[in-house]
Amino acid sequence: MTTTASPPTGAGNARRGSGTLYLGDPGMWSWVLHRITGVLTFFFLFVHVLDTALVRVSPSTYDEVISSYKTPLVNLLEVGLVGAVLFHALNGLRVMLVDFWSKGPRYQRQMLWGIVVVWLLVMIPGTYFMLERTISELFGGA
Amino acid sequence: MAAPATAESTTHPSGIPAPEGSVEVTVKIHRFNPEQDEAPHWESYDVPALPTDRVLNLLINIKSYIDGSLAFRRSCAHGICGSDAMQINGINRLACKVLVKDLLAKKGKTTITVAPLKGLPLLKDLYVDMEPFFEAYRSIKPYLITYGNEPTRERIQSPAERAQFDDTTKCILCAACTTSCPVYWADGSYFGPAAIVNAHRFIFDSRDEGAEERLDILNDAEGVWRCRTTFNCTDACPRGIEVTKAIQEVKRALLFRRT
Repeated sequence: MTTTASPPTGAGNARRGSGTLYLGDPGMWSWVLHRITGVLTFFFLFVHVLDTALVRVSPSTYDEVISSYKTPLVNLLEVGLVGAVLFHALNGLRVMLVDFWSKGPRYQRQMLWGIVVVWLLVMIPGTYFMLERTISELFGGA
Repeated sequence: MAAPATAESTTHPSGIPAPEGSVEVTVKIHRFNPEQDEAPHWESYDVPALPTDRVLNLLINIKSYIDGSLAFRRSCAHGICGSDAMQINGINRLACKVLVKDLLAKKGKTTITVAPLKGLPLLKDLYVDMEPFFEAYRSIKPYLITYGNEPTRERIQSPAERAQFDDTTKCILCAACTTSCPVYWADGSYFGPAAIVNAHRFIFDSRDEGAEERLDILNDAEGVWRCRTTFNCTDACPRGIEVTKAIQEVKRALLFRRT
């Protein structure tokens, strides 16, 4: 049986936002973060494919580009990349549980706080180890 | 001149009676009069409020004592009719179910922000055009569909079968969920949570035979697949319906029940 679906149209064009910030559920903010981290990771992959493809064009240019990454700024970006990918991955698992586990929607907030805790547990020591070398080189020390 | 009813009862400068125990709060309201204003603006009113007052009481007082042109919907004022859904302090709530005591600031003066529902055309002040919302509701066929001969007695259903859709029978069509949905704000052609909740109510009813029709409608590009599980709808529902859960159940019915 087929039914022609007629999505509601109506006076949708006349809609006016009230210009207020909707303080939605934590689930809304995790969705916003999921989008942002997803787009950031996409941009990284875009650059990554380009710089890796360079090795086929000119190995010396490739070496040059890669060595330009060994700077404190790029080191910070690396930490950001790990943080973005980690959040995106963990929240992706949460979203899958919300989709396929019948009790997922009921426990979505607890799962969100769970992934935030895991994210912090990984990122706090992770940031230290990733930045250790840069910091000791920048600020000297023994 | 009549004396005040009790020694403690006074009258606030706004003219609103201020009984003992009331505190002054600021109600910041999103105002728009299409006959005068080019754009909506905010207006603040200092009013007395009892901690046990509901936000609806404050709106009625403002309309009665300060500005009679303030427009908002309300009917039963007891959380049943679903007329007075609005954005209160940034989230969708029924004005008749939010108590002032739950909004009081820890210290300093309390400001309560009241704005119309997002995503529906604004007509005046807190008054939005509900027609797109009801259009989505009607399009999922929210009524019993059966084929064949009518039984001579009532249609029997077991308590377990009834429990399957119990949660979604509670909807009062206030639009708090649909207008809390970021997908609906961005694209009003999405059916929205309320329409899906009411489809769920019949899809999972063992007496109904229209489940396939409704699942086809909701399998559309503007159907359940637009849901991004932000849970704003579940948070907004004044009846405590697990809206996102219902939407997920419809999604899974589409994935696994049909071949």
